[in-house]
Amino acid sequence: MSAKPLVILQLYPRDMNIYGDHGNVLVLARRALWHGYAPKVVAYNPGDAFPERVDLIVGGGGQDSGQDTIQADLQKIGPKLKKLTEAGTPMLMICGLYQLFGKSFTTQDGHVIQGIGLLDVETIAGPERLIGNISTKSNQFGTIIGYENHSGKTTLGPSAQPLGTIIKGAGNNGEDDFEGARYKNVIGSYMHGSLLPKNPAIADWLLEQAAVNRYGDFTPTVADDRFATEARKHALKRPR
Amino acid sequence: MTKPYSVLAGKAVRYIAQLRGGGSALPGLFVEKIDRDFVADTLGQLPRGVVLVSGTNGKTTTTKMVVELLESQGLRVFTNRTGSNFVRGVAAALLGAVDTRGKLDADIAVLELDEAHAVKFVERISPTYSLLLNVMRDQLDRFGEIDYTADLLHTIALATTDGVVLNRDDPRLGSKAFRQDITVPVRSFGVSNVLLSQFPSDDELRTATKKITFKASLFHEDTSLETMQGNTATIAYDRKKYSVDLKINGIYNVLNAVGAVALCRMVMGSELDQKALFGALANVTPAFGRGESLIVNGQPCQLVLVKNPSGFRLGLQSFSAKGYATMIAINDNYADGRDMSWLWDVDFDSLRAGGVAEISGIRAYDMALRLQYDDVPVGNVSTDLKKALERFIATHSATPKRIYCTYTAMLALRRELAKITTVEDVR
Repeated sequence: MSAKPLVILQLYPRDMNIYGDHGNVLVLARRALWHGYAPKVVAYNPGDAFPERVDLIVGGGGQDSGQDTIQADLQKIGPKLKKLTEAGTPMLMICGLYQLFGKSFTTQDGHVIQGIGLLDVETIAGPERLIGNISTKSNQFGTIIGYENHSGKTTLGPSAQPLGTIIKGAGNNGEDDFEGARYKNVIGSYMHGSLLPKNPAIADWLLEQAAVNRYGDFTPTVADDRFATEARKHALKRPR
Repeated sequence: MTKPYSVLAGKAVRYIAQLRGGGSALPGLFVEKIDRDFVADTLGQLPRGVVLVSGTNGKTTTTKMVVELLESQGLRVFTNRTGSNFVRGVAAALLGAVDTRGKLDADIAVLELDEAHAVKFVERISPTYSLLLNVMRDQLDRFGEIDYTADLLHTIALATTDGVVLNRDDPRLGSKAFRQDITVPVRSFGVSNVLLSQFPSDDELRTATKKITFKASLFHEDTSLETMQGNTATIAYDRKKYSVDLKINGIYNVLNAVGAVALCRMVMGSELDQKALFGALANVTPAFGRGESLIVNGQPCQLVLVKNPSGFRLGLQSFSAKGYATMIAINDNYADGRDMSWLWDVDFDSLRAGGVAEISGIRAYDMALRLQYDDVPVGNVSTDLKKALERFIATHSATPKRIYCTYTAMLALRRELAKITTVEDVR
């Protein structure tokens, strides 16, 4: 029996890949393999042809300069991404792409960068960076552990749900106790770390949505998460 | 003008701090408080001025090399050896070196300053020369963004009065934008195109696109590493090639040595004593923890400091894992950087065949988790660094050993190793 393929699209790995967000792709690909699927990681950079079949989309953070580079292209593929979202395609967008998946990003000097409005969130550049270890609580995923490093302050609109509520750290804006955003099967978050290695529950949920969409079911194997469990324990003990 | 009493008072505080075994920067802080011009006045006496070395990776080793190369030219060199690399650290080092009248017996100062502190430094003291090594992802939790770090180095370059030496292969330092408004002479160093593929930059880490190669000819005066065969390096400048057998390991250390040569050429100009220069170059050794080799139970035990993805990648690339037992120690104290994301930007495939015998440090399990996803076999995992080191040495007593470690893990390991072998004192 040959393994069932799952196509993981990495969005803009050339310009939006800082803070180890590549780790998220690596974890999804490996775990897909462990669960008996045949992952295929496809890189999408500005100007590339958008693949016809995509099961899961992952995007990361970038420098401000990286965001400038991809912005026009993101607007171009925005309608495609929206269609996939409505069809239930799971996506994970970290930091910079989380912001641009929202409605808009207002820079320090008042310049407004349009997002694709896939998530009902708005971001305004703040005067200082929110930096440090962060943990949040989610009813679905339990404690989510990561590291944040952003100056944008993001607020959720009525149709976005937070990914988690703050246990420790600043989160979306340091004020309303929320971190990240969800709409359908799309997750946006400021959490690096990378996010998925220490939060395998989120990784497996993303894979489950991808598998169910394409094959109608998902039968996971029991993964060896002993290192992840210990790494979580130690991470929670660390100062901000 | 430095007030005589501030030198005496500062020296007294320094003496007391030493008796107490206190931090090296405290007396500097004190003298800065009572006499803000102390550092500027003292360094201002130097006939050949001040060399500032900055960049993400390799500052300590490069500073050491620049000092040794300039000394080979007969110069008396002052440097901030303690590694307390901010202004008050420089002040503290100066206090130890000046006589009671505040006179510094040196021709030139070579100072290592990290990017953020260097910018504070140049607000008050204009460096005569600056040597800019690279801009890589390091402690982004402190500086925020890599482009911002490049801006810091640009500020240093603009404040430099006589000449800037920069790494032309670094995508940011080598760019036209970086050098276009620098009015003093700019010289470059770098590697030949053949060697360039061995220096992955952060930008091309996740991309298949080719890095723009900055032609050496763009720079009027270039010093370049042409080839590297075993420990023999060929260095070219002024259309001539020079072969030299080096003691330093690791190609990134060699590149920094080429930067040091370029700087030395600029400082000495036509006075350069080439023979003495290459004699000194052949004998330079890396600074502590930068690939230094200790002897433990008759076997070499190498310490490789890793503090950011590019440094870790270069370390893995420079030292073959074959024949060595490997240990990795990852701490996340403030000096190491708290964020563990960087481990996910390093590929550990080269360790797969031999595995990693021992993993330790505060974030041992983050490291183990990283290796699990690269299919690298993992031996013991323990956050107890002392026990891990003991087990590593006991289990692999007859094998050469290599330990990749973050900064504070390295300090702890050196303390333990000092109990069983000779470890160079860095204080």
